[in-house]
Amino acid sequence: MILHELIDYGTLKMIWWLLLGVLLIGFAATDGFDMGVGALLPFVAETDIERRVVINTIGPTWEGNQVWFILGGGAIFAAWPPLYAISFSGFYLAMFVVLAAMILRPVAFKYRSKRPDPAWRTAWDWALFVGSFVPALVFGVAVGNVLLGVPFTLDSDLRMTYEGSFFGLFSPFSLLCGLLSVSMLVVHGSAWLSMRARGDVVVRARRFGSIAAILAIALFALGGYLVASGYVEGFRITSAITPDMPADPLAKQAVVEGTAWMRNYSVHPVLWLAPALGFIGLLGALVLLQSRMDALVFAFSKMAVFGIISTVGVSMFPFILPSTAQPDASLTVWDASSSHRTLFNMLVATIIFLPLILAYTAWVYKVLWGKVDEETIEKDNHTAY
Amino acid sequence: MELDIVDLSRLQFAMTALYHFLFVPLTLGLSILLATMETVYVMTGREIWKRMVKFWGTLFGINFVLGVATGLTMEFQFGMNWAYFSQYVGDVFGAPLAIEGLMAFFLEATFVGLFFFGWDKLSRRGHLAATWMVAIGTNFSALWILIANGWMQHPVGAVFNPDTMRMEVSSFFDVLFNPVAQAKFVHTVSAGYVTAAMFMLGISAWYMLQGRHLQIAKRSMAIASAFGFASALSVVVLGDESGYEANLNQKMKLATIEAMWDTEPAPASFNLIALPDMAKRENVFAIEVPYVMGLIATRSLDTVIPGIKELVEHSKDRIRQGAVAWDALQKIRANPEAVGEDVRETFRQNADSLGYGYLLLPYTDTPKEATEEQIDAAAWSTVPEVLPMFYAFRIMVACGFFFILMTTVFFYYSSSGQLDVLRQKRRWLLHIAVWSIPLPWLACEMGWFVAEYGRQPWIIESMLPTSAAVSSLTVTEVLLTLAGFVALYSTLLVVEITLMIKYIKIGPDDGEAEEVPPLAAARTVPGAMTMPAE
Repeated sequence: MILHELIDYGTLKMIWWLLLGVLLIGFAATDGFDMGVGALLPFVAETDIERRVVINTIGPTWEGNQVWFILGGGAIFAAWPPLYAISFSGFYLAMFVVLAAMILRPVAFKYRSKRPDPAWRTAWDWALFVGSFVPALVFGVAVGNVLLGVPFTLDSDLRMTYEGSFFGLFSPFSLLCGLLSVSMLVVHGSAWLSMRARGDVVVRARRFGSIAAILAIALFALGGYLVASGYVEGFRITSAITPDMPADPLAKQAVVEGTAWMRNYSVHPVLWLAPALGFIGLLGALVLLQSRMDALVFAFSKMAVFGIISTVGVSMFPFILPSTAQPDASLTVWDASSSHRTLFNMLVATIIFLPLILAYTAWVYKVLWGKVDEETIEKDNHTAY
Repeated sequence: MELDIVDLSRLQFAMTALYHFLFVPLTLGLSILLATMETVYVMTGREIWKRMVKFWGTLFGINFVLGVATGLTMEFQFGMNWAYFSQYVGDVFGAPLAIEGLMAFFLEATFVGLFFFGWDKLSRRGHLAATWMVAIGTNFSALWILIANGWMQHPVGAVFNPDTMRMEVSSFFDVLFNPVAQAKFVHTVSAGYVTAAMFMLGISAWYMLQGRHLQIAKRSMAIASAFGFASALSVVVLGDESGYEANLNQKMKLATIEAMWDTEPAPASFNLIALPDMAKRENVFAIEVPYVMGLIATRSLDTVIPGIKELVEHSKDRIRQGAVAWDALQKIRANPEAVGEDVRETFRQNADSLGYGYLLLPYTDTPKEATEEQIDAAAWSTVPEVLPMFYAFRIMVACGFFFILMTTVFFYYSSSGQLDVLRQKRRWLLHIAVWSIPLPWLACEMGWFVAEYGRQPWIIESMLPTSAAVSSLTVTEVLLTLAGFVALYSTLLVVEITLMIKYIKIGPDDGEAEEVPPLAAARTVPGAMTMPAE
């Protein structure tokens, strides 16, 4: 079959870089508010019924949202196999921490209300908190490390050796990214709670959301300054690149260079839109959180998620996982993808299924829409979480 | 025993996969049973069927969520523990996993929320549609996972590319319609259906022994025995299809299942019981049934099935060829642009056996200069331990026939309207049904053991040895995560079983129409069953 020749290899790589962004943003925009809500749970809800209100705003839909995470893993495996192999084995213990935390989350949702015992319920509340806060933090730390570059090397058989350690992942800059990720998702979660819940929990959610928005603005600005000033060094390809080259990361040369992460902005000033949307989204959410325009706040927090994640992507392009130990082995859009044929096949599958997923997800949200408060919980005492 | 990275990584994968598959089969079968019961409800409008869906749905939910939780690990641990595998075959293997997410898992996970929370928000038909979406999503999920697994057993539609140092898809169609994957899919989902049927049968039998929830228990038993009967037949018949495919593609797996050391004249006999000895390379003792093996594996009277020793001899030729391929590949990788066309040609000629070349790497750094002893050792490394293979397979098959027997008996009593006879005069049958609840899980786990352990030493059959596929990790790291997963999963399993038993004891909502059960009758029978304590 030569069907895949319809789209040339270089273009397919670009499309899959964009789709990688779509997946990450889809994950952060949907599962992200679940994590924000979970991280807020112990702080905005004091009594058992308040906690049930908070949990049931996401109760029926968290499961579908979490699939973005699974799909992210699968799609990176299919479209960017070296990225899948190197990042998950490199960040080995951090990945284990994320998985252990995320395993707790589904169980906590489902099992919490299966017994009335307060100790049982409190234990699962903390499981929900850990299952939400820890992944949000570690994902941010991981992104920070990707921006800084990761200490891995490749031998000629493309076997990877990782030279870093678990604690080496936690540098000041990566922790900054981790906190930015948590505060961004807390803003998103509080926007969701304001829209879907009623009562005291909303008052508290708005308060925490505002604090988180201020924190996120400060951290995003500081992070941007550290990158722009060259404190966080970027990477640059120094050899000739052809977009349709075979996917061998060792076939190019690259160097570490002070402010290389700012190059794309000077070549294409339109890219400034990405960080701008991040700031506008956070500011808009901050200003409107105390108003009653809940849907608008949620739209702004989604915009913030979109802007902040896009900023990382466009700053690094074409790099997707730079190596500090062997810059030549860095993974880029041009040399870390699947084959021409696989990228094409996967694109066809995505074009068929992604619109379907978005359509039925939207329909399910519509069916289950409505404010949750103490009354609705008591009415559905048996079916609610 | 000193465990290295390979052993520990295998142990971790086995542990997480076997745990995952404690929850998956019940999800596969129960989702279909729920959709079937709800269809009856919508068609007849009888409330009792809705109460059945809600009751079995509660148990489904308790189980489902752990399937989801343990499935998370599966999606990522290829990258975590098997980085070189991921790099080497991600181009082929990643696609079915991603499509599973796109096509199946999104469907099931999105609609499962509606299943639990949508009763008052949807019309009857709307809710029924949601339930079917969950069932379809779940089963499609299994399809894509088994396409991925089937490819590891029988890697079709892909070629090795020295410029990217990995296998790349040459025909996606072949990967999808891999006969091994298709046979595995139907066998595996049937196993899931049997699991759910035996689960429902056992719990219903327990209620009948207790004289509780009789209306719901009898209906559940009728539906479970019919569904279970069809599935148990299909799991055995389609399992036989898997055996046939294995003979075509994985002759060593078949030979070790049968503890067949030497090639016999066709049709080969079947070892009913044997005591294989790996060191002596023979069976210390065996009870043979003539002709049966040849008939099952080749479906003919005159096709010879090669024994283990003959297969090892074949491997030696391929190992020598593989060493040449490996050597040429090293030259290509050292200087991809300048290397001569003759080297590339040498590689192409021997590329099919490259995987066998890797088998020498544990014994020598220069495969091309391997000694006869090294080649012999590498060739014998293609034989998995025979004893566990032999018995795991027989336990699975014995369970399979037992399920056919059980479901036939119960199907007879329910279809002839004699379930009350069971309750009054054949209580021992109900007791057997209760105690049989764990057996389908045993059979499933044995089946996976045979499938995966029987593929060793390969992670991708004849293409990449497991020992070459691991990540560059330290023993401490893998031990740490292994201990972490064991602790976490075991805790969650205990919580799950406790909750299951609690909700089984609470039982379904009988509504108002339920007759008052003759409690006295249940209590006077000696040895009346009680569930194991929490």
